Amino acid sequence: MASAAPDVATASPLLVAEGVTFGYGREPVLRDVDLAIAPGEFVALVGPNGSGKSTLLQLLLGGLEPWSGRVRLFGRPPDRLPDRGRLGYVPQRPSLASEVPATVEELVASGRLAEGRWWRPFARADRDAVRHALESVGLASLARRPLNELSGGQQQRAFIARAFASEPSLLVLDEPIAGIDTGSQRRFRDALVHEITEHGAGVLLVSHELSAVAHDVDRVVVLKGTVVFDGPPAELARSGVSLGVHAEDLPIWLEELG
Amino acid sequence: MSSIAIDLPYPFELGFMQRALLASMCVGVFAPLIGTFLVQKRLSLIGDGIGHIAFAGIGAGALLATSELWTALAFAVAGALGVEWLRRRRLASGDVALAILFYSGIALGVVLLSLADALDAQVLGVLGGGGVAVTAGDVLAIAALAVGVVALVVALRRPLFSVVTDDAWSRVAGLPVDGLNALLAVVTAVAVVAAMRIVGILLVAAMMVLPVATAQLLARSFAGTLRLAIAVGAATSVAGLAASRIWGLAPGGTIVLLAAGTFAIASVARRAVARSPVRTQA
Repeated sequence: MASAAPDVATASPLLVAEGVTFGYGREPVLRDVDLAIAPGEFVALVGPNGSGKSTLLQLLLGGLEPWSGRVRLFGRPPDRLPDRGRLGYVPQRPSLASEVPATVEELVASGRLAEGRWWRPFARADRDAVRHALESVGLASLARRPLNELSGGQQQRAFIARAFASEPSLLVLDEPIAGIDTGSQRRFRDALVHEITEHGAGVLLVSHELSAVAHDVDRVVVLKGTVVFDGPPAELARSGVSLGVHAEDLPIWLEELG
Repeated sequence: MSSIAIDLPYPFELGFMQRALLASMCVGVFAPLIGTFLVQKRLSLIGDGIGHIAFAGIGAGALLATSELWTALAFAVAGALGVEWLRRRRLASGDVALAILFYSGIALGVVLLSLADALDAQVLGVLGGGGVAVTAGDVLAIAALAVGVVALVVALRRPLFSVVTDDAWSRVAGLPVDGLNALLAVVTAVAVVAAMRIVGILLVAAMMVLPVATAQLLARSFAGTLRLAIAVGAATSVAGLAASRIWGLAPGGTIVLLAAGTFAIASVARRAVARSPVRTQA
């Protein structure tokens, strides 16, 4: 993906973590984690259960403060980010635990609130962005349908469209393809690639199942309490590091790459 | 306005009925509007809970010999924010937080009123449902409340929708989640306290839930649910008030029973519609 995007090597990074250490009790869960994502870069974060992926994500998004080290989102501390719309976030297994019906369009429209000034009325630019986000995940024809009438994969794409709606320059997706059908996975992959190539967005994808995007990922970061590998997927398949992860739960897609 | 009635047919030909009509229609509009967000937050019973803590406020007002409206309002706002605080700290689930509010409110009210030697039937009437003794000033107050609530909630419907449906995402998106939750709590408290003097807790608390329950069965969007809940709330208010006059029934109770009946009919109708394709095949 990097080839189609602005110059990855020189562009200032969207997201930087330096020497991040954090724990919930006395023992650290994460030790000395370094991570950087440049514009147009597609980074996959993988690791076994309990490797600290969710914790790292919370630190990167400003939900937790590191014990030591620092995190910068667009050059600022993540909890003091003036323009949250630059960040598109898809939470893990999102579901609208909804008592009241809501349409796909209503969900996606709420993505515009991340633009800041959430109190203002919607303008034409908002409606255009919502329509564009719906089109990019292939849900334009279902915009007026209630979410609870959609399949799991379609619902997942609606939540991704909500993240797209603020026209983010960095997308953070937490296990977005767990348990969705292959057709929806392919559309999901197409939508992500579109955001990267057309809009130069950076992507951080946390997932166990990367087969749908295995050929699009620029870098894989393997986390086991600390970063044990950070490089292109082909290199991971060759390196000794991958084997250690392999034995436990190396994602199937790595074997495919061979 | 209190002496001159405008020209409306029976059962609304008299001034007192017209004032009751306006007051209950206002409640029928703003209560479901707030209630749609409360139902989505699974706080359907908060209207009643706030009403009961406001009852404690009335007791405090009687004891201090000061304006009961303001003490009721202060208690209700504090109670509503207290529920939010308990939920946010995860010290209690939504319904346990409500139960704490509900029972401590009514117990405190009874104790304070007995201390003030003011525990009588008239005070307890606030809990049941008001009569139709609505003054012109009451109508103005409740209409102003309705306009204010409608303007505020309509303006903030998108951020409120986001906060009540997806707390985690809303926080990452930078929405003031705690502030908007607190705002909804305060608006609910103000609406309950202002309306309970005029139409009783029963009517205002029930109208926050029953029309919404009906609307969410039939509507296919959040905006549609809001509109339909308001329509059902206003229509059952008018019809219930008319029925109460015609058959000499308690107005608040009649309106609420009608709203509950509407829900029952809507749920039966929805099942029938859902089953109909199967039936035609069989």
